[in-house]
Amino acid sequence: MPRYLLSVFGAAEQTEFGGYGSPEEMVQAFADTGAFNDRLEREGVLVFVDGLQPAVTATTVDGQGERPVILDGPYLETKEHLGGFWVVDVADLDIALGLAGDASRACRGRVEVRPFHTQDTVSDLHRS
Amino acid sequence: MTSSSLEETLTRVHHEEWARVVATLARRFGDLDVAEEAAAEAFAAAVERWPTDGIPPHPGGWLTTTATRRAIDRLRRESRRDAKHQAAQMLYADSPPERTGPVEDDRLRLVFTCAHPALAMEARAALTLRLIGGLTVPEIAAAFLVQERAMAQRITRAKAKIRAAHIPYRVPSSADISERLSGVLAVVYLVFNEGYLASGGQDALRVDLSDEAIRLGRLLHEVLPEEGEVAGLLALMLLTDARRAARVSASGELVTLEEQDRAAWDRALIAEGHALVRERLAAVAAGGGRPGRYQLLAAISAVHTNAPSARDTDWSQVVVNYDQLVAVDPSPVVRLNRAVAVAELDGPSVGLAEVERLADVLDSYHAFHVARAELLRRVGRSAEAHTAYGRAIALSGNPAEVAHLTRRQGQLTRG
Repeated sequence: MPRYLLSVFGAAEQTEFGGYGSPEEMVQAFADTGAFNDRLEREGVLVFVDGLQPAVTATTVDGQGERPVILDGPYLETKEHLGGFWVVDVADLDIALGLAGDASRACRGRVEVRPFHTQDTVSDLHRS
Repeated sequence: MTSSSLEETLTRVHHEEWARVVATLARRFGDLDVAEEAAAEAFAAAVERWPTDGIPPHPGGWLTTTATRRAIDRLRRESRRDAKHQAAQMLYADSPPERTGPVEDDRLRLVFTCAHPALAMEARAALTLRLIGGLTVPEIAAAFLVQERAMAQRITRAKAKIRAAHIPYRVPSSADISERLSGVLAVVYLVFNEGYLASGGQDALRVDLSDEAIRLGRLLHEVLPEEGEVAGLLALMLLTDARRAARVSASGELVTLEEQDRAAWDRALIAEGHALVRERLAAVAAGGGRPGRYQLLAAISAVHTNAPSARDTDWSQVVVNYDQLVAVDPSPVVRLNRAVAVAELDGPSVGLAEVERLADVLDSYHAFHVARAELLRRVGRSAEAHTAYGRAIALSGNPAEVAHLTRRQGQLTRG
């Protein structure tokens, strides 16, 4: 089955409640997301899920030169950064989009859906 | 058989069978590229063979069989897939269609795939015209006034997304169907409107595009006879297209509904459209749910086409329908059209007051300035009408409309 990355982007600047409007909202979002994760597991479509530490904790490494160059900070300075993601294994995009809708409601953020390469698309790459 | 009648037959068969052949192959091989190319090869083979061999008794079956053979040959030849995968495809090719949705028609699956909400609107329209309508890429590029190369890339990119993102080739579940269907209908109506009042280029009408949209509408109605909005859209397109011959004068000028020669309207299309509208009215009266946008627009068109002359138009009926339409879709464009109807019912100054309220949101929309100019003229504010016509002319990209507006502007006595 095709795999999809469902990623959530959130404000780079974190408020005291981790980007949520209030402590209650944060607690509720965590609970809803937890319940959503449980459902994915029950349905057997969950490959991996986790949240990320804020973008300020990121370090970027460029190993293409003679020696790796290490830089403090994320690869891109943007207003929104990847805050967490799911990897799911489902039959098609419609199912992934349905899950993304529920994921978005649970975590209170917009969710980007992107397919991973599959055997088909990899052989397409070799062909072209 | 004469060569011209053979050509007509080929054109007719192409119209009738293209979508079916592509759709059948898309299901069998699960690959839009393979389906499209094999269908194109089969039609090319028909053009080559039928003049000498004669037209087969079942042209559609011949084309599907030929296309299937070509597709299998091609998959073998290019060994696009490893042996195991290929074997699976062959097996799949012989298996009966999967039962996934409320309707089993392959063409319908193809329609929903082409109009998937994960694709950009322009891509949906282009794919629908290519895979359902059988238009060539240069034809589609010409229709939307973009470079052929850009259109080819747009189509290629959309097909690549369908494949890579695994957009399913199926009719959505009944719960999703009306939501998805509205996107499909929007695509068909977009194609129709582009044909009915081309937004640019030299031709006022793009008859091929209107015809194509009506053909798609008929196909949808055939496969989804219970969907009110499908019937509504088809009726709307038929009733609009019925007025085509009266719509542009011999000198290439747009003729307004009021000034049109009603004897030139196509009575057969009007009768067909009216029958659909009556069918929908009966269904709604029997508790079939509230009519949507296309049914209401079709009902308005039915009022116009019912009137023996512009004077006899039942404007109160038109306004009642617009009131319902505003409730469904309160967009400024709908409110503008309602205001125009109100002007006919309650007088130009009442209509003008409603039009003026939309000035901020519709300032860059040519039809707003057309409506405003006409109403200003009728209340005797000629100088303002002159300026408004000027604005409308500057914003219109359609040559027949520009000719019409220029004449109207010239008729004004400067006040």
